[in-house]
Amino acid sequence: MLIKTPTDLSESDVTPYEIYRQRRRFLQSGLAIAGAAIGGSLLSRDASARLELDRVKPGPYSADEEKTSYEDITSYNNFYEFGVDKSDPARHAHKLVTDPWSVTVTGEVEKPATCTLEDILRPHALEERIYRLRCVEGWSMVIPWVGFPLADLIKRFQPTSKAKYVEFETLYDKKQMPGQRRRVLDWPYREGLRMDEAMHPLTLVAVGLYGKELPNQNGAPLRLVVPWKYGFKSIKSIVKIRFRETQPTSSWTRAAPREYGFYSNVNPNVSHPRWSQKRERRIGEFLKRKTLMFNGYGEQVASLYTGMDLKKYF
Amino acid sequence: MRNEWLKPAVFLLCLSPLMVLGWQLYAGLLGANPIDEVADSTGAWTLRFLLITLLATPLRRYFGWGWAIRMRRMLGLYAFFYATLHLLTYLWLDQFFDWGEIWLDVLDRPFITVGMLAFVLLLPLAATSNRYMVRRLGRGWKRLHRLAYVIPALGVLHFWWLVKADVLEPLVYGVLLAALLASRIQAGRRRRAGSAVREGCIS
Ligand code: HEM
Repeated sequence: MLIKTPTDLSESDVTPYEIYRQRRRFLQSGLAIAGAAIGGSLLSRDASARLELDRVKPGPYSADEEKTSYEDITSYNNFYEFGVDKSDPARHAHKLVTDPWSVTVTGEVEKPATCTLEDILRPHALEERIYRLRCVEGWSMVIPWVGFPLADLIKRFQPTSKAKYVEFETLYDKKQMPGQRRRVLDWPYREGLRMDEAMHPLTLVAVGLYGKELPNQNGAPLRLVVPWKYGFKSIKSIVKIRFRETQPTSSWTRAAPREYGFYSNVNPNVSHPRWSQKRERRIGEFLKRKTLMFNGYGEQVASLYTGMDLKKYF
Repeated sequence: MRNEWLKPAVFLLCLSPLMVLGWQLYAGLLGANPIDEVADSTGAWTLRFLLITLLATPLRRYFGWGWAIRMRRMLGLYAFFYATLHLLTYLWLDQFFDWGEIWLDVLDRPFITVGMLAFVLLLPLAATSNRYMVRRLGRGWKRLHRLAYVIPALGVLHFWWLVKADVLEPLVYGVLLAALLASRIQAGRRRRAGSAVREGCIS
């Protein structure tokens, strides 16, 4: 079986926020001193220097598959804000400053707010979820994320009855994100989910991977993970969350509407003009494997789409 | 003066991208998805060699470098060599010789259609590149080998349709190709103008 059964979380199992906060600070001052001593940005790129997240509890829905190596997960990234090559993000993402960080929540909510990252994280228990990630380009990984359900975050802002969709935005700052100097996409990067997709227990806000704080190239300090959709739906380095009555337009849909639909559910039966989606290469493997409907999460999410023609709503 | 060493030197130089790629593959320097890197690298070198081949004539015309023309056949054959490796990478490491799937790909995916067309057009050029065929085909050879202008254009289109959003790289190749073709159009015009003048003198 690919899916493990859910396990309960108890209060003592969570990473207490204050510890997280302290370590974040400690790490940064340590880095600053070391950085000054060495005289370069060498250390900020050293993944091993990233904060260890304590007492992360194994979460539900984890895939029982061999995990992709930390090295591969953090060196092979599509994050066009740092350049279009897969190796660009690891090379340039150290320019991104993730502390302080704030997230603005607006739109159809009772409690709009601008929160610091710490405000966002404080009430949530961090859990590890090992998810498959399927890129629209035909490769896939298995990633041990650390995070918490997006639903728990959304509830805090009390969306109104008009909130039918959630839209997310990535930071737009050419100094920190050199890839934005060229208009490869219509910056800032935007993504969206239907409300029921956003509230689904599989949908995760990730702040770490492999038990450590997220490396910048993987979308630090917080990103979305929607494992049954193609990777580009899982927006990185989020600064804005907007609740809307109308369906938002994702950046890739805007760039090529016939290629990238709003839903972008992993679907081996809907081919893309560039890539047949029937098979995928798991990073680290030689032979390709069959791509599974909803990336293998059909049992959990197929009911979200009953009665919908998934060839039309691709 | 004939530089005996020139041809072997260029031969080895043209082989070096493959050696570097082979080394990187062996040493694990190609990152998380080495097969994709091999596909991209062989594709890029195919296109580069197609353009380098087209550089020979202008080099002679504008700089008087006759040796460039003597390298032209080898350069063209190297383009074909890298194209073959590129195609093999696709057939084997991408599709694992699943012919049904490959056929669907050629039909459904415009960038594959165009790439395949470019490769098919390379075949008669490679087959008629020897001296015997040059002599046998006479004027027809020259006409046939004008495909050397069409194939890189298809290569640029293949690349253009393949990239997701950033067309800068295919654009650069497109501009280089346009410059190479423009130099020929200009030279052709000058030739025609020249012969018109001469005719004027005779009359
Ligand atoms: C003269 C013929 C061809 C030329 C000049 C050519 C050129 C290229 C170039 C420049 C690239 C992109 C390299 C990069 O991203 O840096 C590429 C990629 C690719 N080509 Fe070709 N190509 C040719 C023929 C073919 C053929 C016949 C096929 C298959 C039927 C093919 C399949 C591919 C594929 C699948 C990729 C994408 C590789 C990847 O990113 O995974 N090409 N080609």
